[in-house]
Amino acid sequence: MKIPLAWLQLTKEKSRLLIALAGITFADILMFIQLGFRDALFDSAVVPHKGLNGDIFLMSPKTNSIIAPVGFARRRLYEVLGIAGVQKVQPLYINFAPWRDPVKRGTRNIMIIGINPEQQILAFSGVDENRSALKQENTVLFDELSRAEFGPVASQFKAGKKVFSEVSGHQVKVGGLFKLGASFGADGNIIASDLTIMKIFPRLNPSLIDIGVIKLEPGTDVEPVIRAIREKLNLGDVKILTREEFIDFEVNYWKSSTAIGFIFTLGTAMGFIVGIVIVYQILYTDIANHLPEYATLKAMGYTNLYLLSIVFQQAILLAFLGYIPGLAITLFLYSNTAAATALPIMMTTERAITVLALTIVMCSVSGSIAANRLRSADPADIF
Amino acid sequence: MNEVVVIEKLNHFFGEGELKKQTLFEINLTLFAGEVVIMKGPSGSGKTTLLTLIGALRSAQDGSLKVIQQELVKAKNSQLVAIRRNIGYIFQSHNLLESLTARQNVQMSVELHTNISSREARERSDVMLNSVGLGERINYYPRQLSGGQKQRVAIARALVSHPKLVLADEPTASLDSKSGRSIVELMQRLAHEQKCTILLVTHDNRILDISERTIEMEDGHLSECALV
Repeated sequence: MKIPLAWLQLTKEKSRLLIALAGITFADILMFIQLGFRDALFDSAVVPHKGLNGDIFLMSPKTNSIIAPVGFARRRLYEVLGIAGVQKVQPLYINFAPWRDPVKRGTRNIMIIGINPEQQILAFSGVDENRSALKQENTVLFDELSRAEFGPVASQFKAGKKVFSEVSGHQVKVGGLFKLGASFGADGNIIASDLTIMKIFPRLNPSLIDIGVIKLEPGTDVEPVIRAIREKLNLGDVKILTREEFIDFEVNYWKSSTAIGFIFTLGTAMGFIVGIVIVYQILYTDIANHLPEYATLKAMGYTNLYLLSIVFQQAILLAFLGYIPGLAITLFLYSNTAAATALPIMMTTERAITVLALTIVMCSVSGSIAANRLRSADPADIF
Repeated sequence: MNEVVVIEKLNHFFGEGELKKQTLFEINLTLFAGEVVIMKGPSGSGKTTLLTLIGALRSAQDGSLKVIQQELVKAKNSQLVAIRRNIGYIFQSHNLLESLTARQNVQMSVELHTNISSREARERSDVMLNSVGLGERINYYPRQLSGGQKQRVAIARALVSHPKLVLADEPTASLDSKSGRSIVELMQRLAHEQKCTILLVTHDNRILDISERTIEMEDGHLSECALV
């Protein structure tokens, strides 16, 4: 084996190596956190969508996101019933209203999903078990993954207490718990029957619904049914989406119509650039300090290519050595963040590979800029 | 006697256009195998320029410069790199790699010749360090060695691959007279054993007596000195 010069040069000065690794680790954590938050945002934004038991979805063309729906005529949804392949249609109401913390008495906006309690429309864990409770008037199901600011509802309920609260000033009873989770748009969720919704919001127009959920007969092709619905509802007052389009529509809203997607991408870029600067600084100083040594190697007959390969080996070594603690610390931060924010933030293989690739690119870019300094390692000029 | 270096009418210029300045004029010099030649002369006279030209560290421009049968005037960069591997270079300061041990420093020179196994490279390095009197310190880092010891490692590095030509640029400049003397004697002994040619640039009068031949550079002109 040849002398591993890149490794020896890099590890000779331990303190500088540690600083370099700390910098890369920091850049990696920054990228992981930013990408993690971005994906968590997108994931959390479509958790409600994914839990809807339907194949085709109707909504108003004015609706940009599920958190700000615009109502459309309920009878449009029922018109679909006659089309071949359609098994059932289910209206969904979405509203936001202040929820009163039953202990501290403060209020905070919560998302209220209104369903027909007879229908199996929501697939979140706990909904079906407790659906019958919704048939009682003024009863709601509470999302136990809601943020803590809504009060100790879940713990009190589990302890067997009767929990009462107010939604928009209207008294409701908690009839059960389910699991959905907070998103960037909603800090917490409750489910109510359509009748309770009308009680809570007396000024709501009962003929308007927010989302129409269409369930097809098992084994039915979606495409022909969509075409039939388009033909029938051709007034342009409803948007017709497949399940996939429905989810993409929401993700796209967060990606392009809000600053959030951009901010997190920018944050990732910042981490990347910070990393480039740090690695460049380290490699440049390393080359500058060893310039006479490198010139000596050239005078002995080592090629430029050999010296370049030393710099790039150092860059790649730094990338891997900095990545490992970065990944470890990120895993720890993810679990803490998930616990603190109720957001679905977790490590994915894809993101782990993405950040590793970004780290390698980052270090290689720095290496190639720093390698310019090698040109001044001319043995004829130095001696 | 076979010739290791043959220089004929070598001219060298620095700068471009109006600022072009000639530093070497019509240099003629032949070095034979096994010779120890001292080149002296005031600083700025062009000694180091000539040395770097012979060492293929600088592109030769005009005339003829043959080192080990290879013409270096207008040679390609890859040819220059190749010829450097057959020349041992000893610098004014030792220029050892600080992050490598004495043995690893010497090994860097052996590894340039690809047909040598790493075990053999280590053994050769150890033998070489033994013969410069550093057998006890093969695993020391340069900063743990004295100036004279570092220069010994540099000599071991230059000679370990048995080059036909060794170029030394003021190797004793940073040493006291006693260790300077022993360094030069060491070079002389090894050159004799390996039958290699040494061209030694110096203006250290204390060591002039080690060579049978002295040449002098003045203002870019080279002249042969009378035998001492």
